Amino acid sequence: MKLDSKIPEGHISQKWTDYKDHLKLVAPNNRPKIDIIVVGTGLAGASAAASLGEMGYNVKAFCFQDSPRRAHSIAAQGGINAAKNYQNDGDSIFRLFYDTIKGGDYRAREANVHRLAEVSGNIIDQCVAQGVPFARDYGGLLDNRSFGGTQVQRTFYAAGQTGQQLLLGAYSALSRQIGLGRVKMFNRHEMLDLVKVDGKARGIIARNLVTGELERHSAHAVVIASGGYGNVYFLSTNAMGSNVTAGWKIHKQGALFANPCFVQIHPTCIPVHGTNQAKLTLMSESLRNSGRIWVPKKKEDAEAIRAGKLKPTQLAEEDRDYFLERRYPAFGNLVPRDVASRAAKERCDAGHGIEANDTNEGVYLDFSTEIQNKGKQAAYAQGNHNPSAEEVTKLGKAWLEEKYGNLFTMYQKITDENPYETPMKIYPAVHYTMGGVWVDYNLQSTIPGCFVAGEANFSDHGANRLGASALMQGLADGYFVLPYTVSNYLADEIRTGKISTDLPEFSEAENRVKDSIDKFLNNKGSKSVDHFHKRLGLIMWNKVGMGRNEAGLKEAITEITALKEEFYRDVNVPGNADELNPQLEKALRVADFIDLGQLMAMDALQRNESCGGHFREEYQDAEGETLRDDENFSFVGAWEYKGDDITKEELHKEELKYEFIKIAARNYK
Amino acid sequence: MSAAKNINITLKIWRQKNSKAKGNLETYKLNDVSTASSFLEMLDQLNEQLINDKIEPIAFDHDCREGICGMCSLYINGRAHGPDTGITTCQLHMRMFKDGDTIFVEPWRSRAFPVIKDLVVDRSAFDRIQQAGGFVSVNTSGNTIDANATPIAKDDADKAFMAAACIGCGACVATCKNGSAMLFVGAKVSQYALLPQGKVEATNRVLNMVRQMDEEGFGNCTNTGACEVECPKGISLENIARMNREYLKASVK
Repeated sequence: MKLDSKIPEGHISQKWTDYKDHLKLVAPNNRPKIDIIVVGTGLAGASAAASLGEMGYNVKAFCFQDSPRRAHSIAAQGGINAAKNYQNDGDSIFRLFYDTIKGGDYRAREANVHRLAEVSGNIIDQCVAQGVPFARDYGGLLDNRSFGGTQVQRTFYAAGQTGQQLLLGAYSALSRQIGLGRVKMFNRHEMLDLVKVDGKARGIIARNLVTGELERHSAHAVVIASGGYGNVYFLSTNAMGSNVTAGWKIHKQGALFANPCFVQIHPTCIPVHGTNQAKLTLMSESLRNSGRIWVPKKKEDAEAIRAGKLKPTQLAEEDRDYFLERRYPAFGNLVPRDVASRAAKERCDAGHGIEANDTNEGVYLDFSTEIQNKGKQAAYAQGNHNPSAEEVTKLGKAWLEEKYGNLFTMYQKITDENPYETPMKIYPAVHYTMGGVWVDYNLQSTIPGCFVAGEANFSDHGANRLGASALMQGLADGYFVLPYTVSNYLADEIRTGKISTDLPEFSEAENRVKDSIDKFLNNKGSKSVDHFHKRLGLIMWNKVGMGRNEAGLKEAITEITALKEEFYRDVNVPGNADELNPQLEKALRVADFIDLGQLMAMDALQRNESCGGHFREEYQDAEGETLRDDENFSFVGAWEYKGDDITKEELHKEELKYEFIKIAARNYK
Repeated sequence: MSAAKNINITLKIWRQKNSKAKGNLETYKLNDVSTASSFLEMLDQLNEQLINDKIEPIAFDHDCREGICGMCSLYINGRAHGPDTGITTCQLHMRMFKDGDTIFVEPWRSRAFPVIKDLVVDRSAFDRIQQAGGFVSVNTSGNTIDANATPIAKDDADKAFMAAACIGCGACVATCKNGSAMLFVGAKVSQYALLPQGKVEATNRVLNMVRQMDEEGFGNCTNTGACEVECPKGISLENIARMNREYLKASVK
């Protein structure tokens, strides 16, 4: 199989414009004859469904949640990037493009990323027009803040709830189309297989999660926007229901899966509290605008803190190691996520961790300096040029509350500690997956008619995503890319006519799903689905997590083969097929996570270099920084399914060519 | 952090096979619950125990587990989202309970939110209200005016944001003795009413959303204020007042 990325010719700044101008169109009177399925209603799915419905296609949208508004995009906190240069700090489309490529450690496609930067400004315009309430300054204009890996302020935000506000914006556009009858919404439905007819995507099999009924839905094109696969680790910042099933089912039907080992471990999450923990909570990266990250310089101080004998606020300034500021003076606390995470792990592995849990893994995120700085500024702004210490502290805390109030409250509810008074405890956790289904420039997978958008595809973030870029990509794909490229594909389908769900391909797919459900329900094993999911998670976190090495990855591959065998032999799935059955839903998802986990380990093993979130311990320099190997690994690794034995999957390579950016070592010092 | 400890509890949980079946409260004992666990992690622990005992686990809605998706929805000891304020059920922690406590867990109760199974209810009525008018009719072309072309006073923008913070969980309806959805609808109407983008369609929006709200079988508002107390996002009653003004304005046009 030869991978054709279909990147258009021409200068980087003109590619998308020229390409768009020459794409085929479907006339308005033909659009109602064409059906499109959209799976997932996060930013990418909701915006795609709304836009395609608005154009006049018949759209069917699916989500497993009880409402499209619940999709996990809603949990994104910090912001969305756009090259508006409203702050006059030298930002431009090129700089956003450059920062994203560099942030991704030179493992993303230039043309896709440039297109993303080009449409970023339209996203903000669009969202404001929809009534998304972004933060504003006293002049009534939009406010911005900084995020990691950049030296400009290009992040638009709505307190710590930016994802919520953007998703509700997309949901409102989707709701409008549902109300107009252009989109038919299927809540509490899960896609369990793709139907291909003559090699093209022609429909899906979905399970109605309330009645258990298997439904056949046909379409002329299928858009998968089902999010990322971070829950392969069991513990992550993803929602409990986030899963890889839609992406994995199309992989099994012939869509290549690209760079599965590229996983983002987010540096600022609340540390693990115990074995019954079900998920991890993120504390937004935006907090690194105001917080300083540190651990005690002396191990004995760290020990005393863990034992509860010493409070962090009692530790003198000279006894604190602000390790990001020390190692990366140019970017300080705002280095990219992968760099910050590894630095925290390095300190904790060296015995400086401050959290009293099984692993001592935790570092401080301290707001006391910011309270003083902002408090003074606020006092001056009020005309008080000689404020008392109490006044400064009070005003500083008020400033923090306005910027991050909901995050501080969230932290306090979970940990029972007050972050205005004592530093937050944080530790890295699995957050986002840069890998995903391989797509070409049109966001089409290797299955004709099957498009993949948002976090579910691999396309824009290389080996590491910069903060506030996921929201940007989701909406860019759904609002501004798919409407063009899907139409281009559908221009050849206007004579096809309605696709019958009585075709044998639909029965075959439905039978595949039915068999897998029956197998689980009749298994009568002895252990719960979560039991296996947690074991998979531990293998992944310990051996395919923040630090990876050849021996560990080989062990992971072997261990997952054994785990898979045991899972199918001994899992216990209670209940029936014809009812709401959350355990059955989980079993079907975990089955796919087990396969994917193994592929991730294989991908990490073949990539003999360190880049972005992929850190192979064998490939680092004397200071512990990643060592890329551009000569041998400047490619997208895309895997082809070869049957039930995942170790048989075949690797295909798409070479990455950098024509407009000079590839260099990534330096944040 | 107050050090975590383990407690033993008794749970009285609503079990109902499906929307047509008659439900009842079942009693379960659960030991060694860490006070650092969230309420839903405690239910996970109970479900694990039930699965091992060959009893069907309890169905409950949940997803993000960080208080933002709005999917979790439990009535705990007679309060929507349990005995704490400003949180959803997934943010409720077991440190709020004592060793030996008996905890009652029920689904949202409202005519407009029928039970699907156990603790899971159908809140699609909220979606339909949104579909009736909870949007600005702007095409998604991206070819709108520049985002900074219309300055919006910070105060209005902040108020619109506070109204838009609603997560659509339905606690307001569940806790209201009338089963009213006025806080939910008022928040959405207010968000748009406060912004210039929303003013063009203000008349139709409020009329259509209120009509749909009534059709769904939600009750009326008698100003008890219970909704505001239980709202995990602190949505203010002012939003109901604003909706009433908008509705009156639209009705006399």
